Amino acid sequence: MDRNKVDEIIDRYNAEKSSLIGIFQDIQQEYRYLPREAISRVVERLGIPVTQAYAVATFYKSFSLVPRGEHEIHVCLGTACHLRGGQRLVENFERILNAKAGGTTADMKFTLETVNCLGACALAPLVRVDQKNYGKVTADKIAKIVKEYRPDGEGKSHGEN
Amino acid sequence: MGKENPMEKIKNPEKLEKLRLSILAEQKPGTLQVTVCGGTGCLSNGSEQVTLAFAEEMKKQGLNGKVTLKKTGCHGFCERGPLVSIHPLDIFYQRVLEKDTAEIVAETLGQGKIVERLLYTDPQTQEKISRHDEIPFYKHQMRIALRNNGRIDPTDIREYIANGGYAGLGKALTSMTSEEIIQTIEKSGLRGRGGGGFLAGRKWQSCRDAHGDVRYVVCNGDEGDPGAFMDRSIMEGDPHSVIEGMIVGGFAIGSNQGFIYVRNEYPLAVKNLTIALTQAREYGFLGKNIFNRRFDFDIRINRGGGAFVCGESSALMASLEGRTGEPRAKYIHTVERGLYDKPTNLNNVETWANVPEIIMRGAEWFASLGTEGSKGTKVFSLVGKVKNTGLVEVPMGITLRDIIYKIGGGILKDREFKAVQTGGPSGGCIPKSLIDMPVDFDELTKAGSMMGSGGMIVMDDTDCMVDVAKYFTKFLEEESCGKCTPCREGVRRMKEILTDITAGRGAEDAIPLLEELAEAITLGSLCALGSTAPNPVLSTLRYFREEYEAHIKEKKCPAGVCKDLIVYSILEDLCTGCHRCFRECPQQAVSGEAKKPHQIDPAKCIKCGICYDVCKFDAVVKK
Repeated sequence: MDRNKVDEIIDRYNAEKSSLIGIFQDIQQEYRYLPREAISRVVERLGIPVTQAYAVATFYKSFSLVPRGEHEIHVCLGTACHLRGGQRLVENFERILNAKAGGTTADMKFTLETVNCLGACALAPLVRVDQKNYGKVTADKIAKIVKEYRPDGEGKSHGEN
Repeated sequence: MGKENPMEKIKNPEKLEKLRLSILAEQKPGTLQVTVCGGTGCLSNGSEQVTLAFAEEMKKQGLNGKVTLKKTGCHGFCERGPLVSIHPLDIFYQRVLEKDTAEIVAETLGQGKIVERLLYTDPQTQEKISRHDEIPFYKHQMRIALRNNGRIDPTDIREYIANGGYAGLGKALTSMTSEEIIQTIEKSGLRGRGGGGFLAGRKWQSCRDAHGDVRYVVCNGDEGDPGAFMDRSIMEGDPHSVIEGMIVGGFAIGSNQGFIYVRNEYPLAVKNLTIALTQAREYGFLGKNIFNRRFDFDIRINRGGGAFVCGESSALMASLEGRTGEPRAKYIHTVERGLYDKPTNLNNVETWANVPEIIMRGAEWFASLGTEGSKGTKVFSLVGKVKNTGLVEVPMGITLRDIIYKIGGGILKDREFKAVQTGGPSGGCIPKSLIDMPVDFDELTKAGSMMGSGGMIVMDDTDCMVDVAKYFTKFLEEESCGKCTPCREGVRRMKEILTDITAGRGAEDAIPLLEELAEAITLGSLCALGSTAPNPVLSTLRYFREEYEAHIKEKKCPAGVCKDLIVYSILEDLCTGCHRCFRECPQQAVSGEAKKPHQIDPAKCIKCGICYDVCKFDAVVKK
């Protein structure tokens, strides 16, 4: 972990106690998780109790204490997506990636997450990989989406050439 | 963006009006203008590429400087995106792709001709419609909160000013007292658009009356209700309307600092709000001595951390302070002791966006719209099994039927309408028998649901109401902050019972047990998340009890949704033997020769649904 990088993030917020969530957001984005040393540095610079830092780090869904995969797959489970088969997409991702929702694949390539609503209900069911949205996804398209990010053929399922 | 830098601050309404007229003159009325929708729906459909292609084509065809091109916020008709409008010809194109831009530039911009195939076709009359306000989806709407959405470039304050922006602030600060402003808002009948529906004017008054010298105003942009995206669209598409409303509120209440709490999942909203705040400071609408009224005000943005409970006022304020978003008991209201224990007035995005218009057009005007107890308009996100998915703003009191059929165009694939879910996870399902009810705060509550933030999720006969109840209960179980026992344990127990029912393990006494639990959770929970958590269960029990009973007694899911109670099979007479499902099945559960009807082996089937999705002949059925 680059201590200067973390300090730079903290400085962006003038080391204000009330900016803890914003600081964690930026660290999470930088490292794809909140490294233990980074949390310690934030605690030190903001002058807050360690318990508060960990309470916040574990309360909000945005943060992770373990590294997340290179690509984050978000399957939208907003109501519109749920009605149009979002849950089935989650199950198919779990099967193809061999990882449970909330988990990361063994090769650290993907983290599979569900999200409560991405607000693009016209495209339901929606899948977002990193910043890219895939609309009106059907179960048979999942293997192809995975392949876009992992072209080497792992996670191949029957029927895919 | 502000071109003259450093910008001379706008200090009186006359100067603002002069600026407005000069911007309008600069825009040269009559100049052709292409607007491309940059809302999330359109962006996901490729509107960014369409914008780039337009720029390229306009250059290629020598129209540079003669036509302006701009990207607006969400236009609302997401189903038909990407959307493109040509002004002042008032031509509305839908489902525009990159490859269509050359033709639009040559035909419409070059020769003023309409490209027929890109027009909206009325499904009933087969008539092509070129003006957007004649399309049924838009015709029945009335736009106040969404007044600028889809019309202006949200990153340019000058466009907002050209459309009358900040005139409300000017009027309030130069010709009204704080009391008059609060009275205007109260008389208008504006109720909070975030869910509670509390009278905004009364809230402002309580906050102003509270003891203390420091006060805060907060904008709740933590839009967590699944299926609702109006706040996002306003923050992204017309951020200044929210900021202007907050400044007026800040002045009326006696506050010098505002906060906007935005969901972290909305990066574009954060970006556009940040740009808007910088511009508002440049023009002097934020900062010191605004409109020479000896009033200082500024706003900062805080991002959320992905917790639904932070939409609750006291949890949101805890989160703003950098703590975990846990609500507290509210025997002392947040208007008295909120953020940092100071009097704090919190309103939702849509509420704030209404304020400038009410100030400009008067309380009577706003109060003349809507119903007895619910004034004005409401933005709904119409989603689910409806043909025209999108954002709609309608006067309060319009019937569900008008929203779903006239604006929404009816049910997807012309299936049978079953229910509409409103109010998010705290709301309920309204059945077909109530389709002619007028929609307002009180009527929805009477029907066992609520307004909430305005999500409206339409369901058809293939949606299982027990599954819907389980979906919301599971959502709330995950989002419960865990502070109080009735919510943490009670909602979890409800979910377990519902899971059992949908898996065919439902006990004989499951329904009375659910009802008993519901009562305890409602009475015992600390905040509204818990006390309204049973609503999805109670409303579906009220209107769809027989569906619960079918799951419990007959171990059947009549809608064909609950995985453990259904079997996939292939209809022999519809199957063409195309072999597609055979190839795609991950379990090799499908058998059959090419061009002959196939079969599914239920012993191998894992119910992944791939065969169902790939079948082009609707031959795969769930029963």
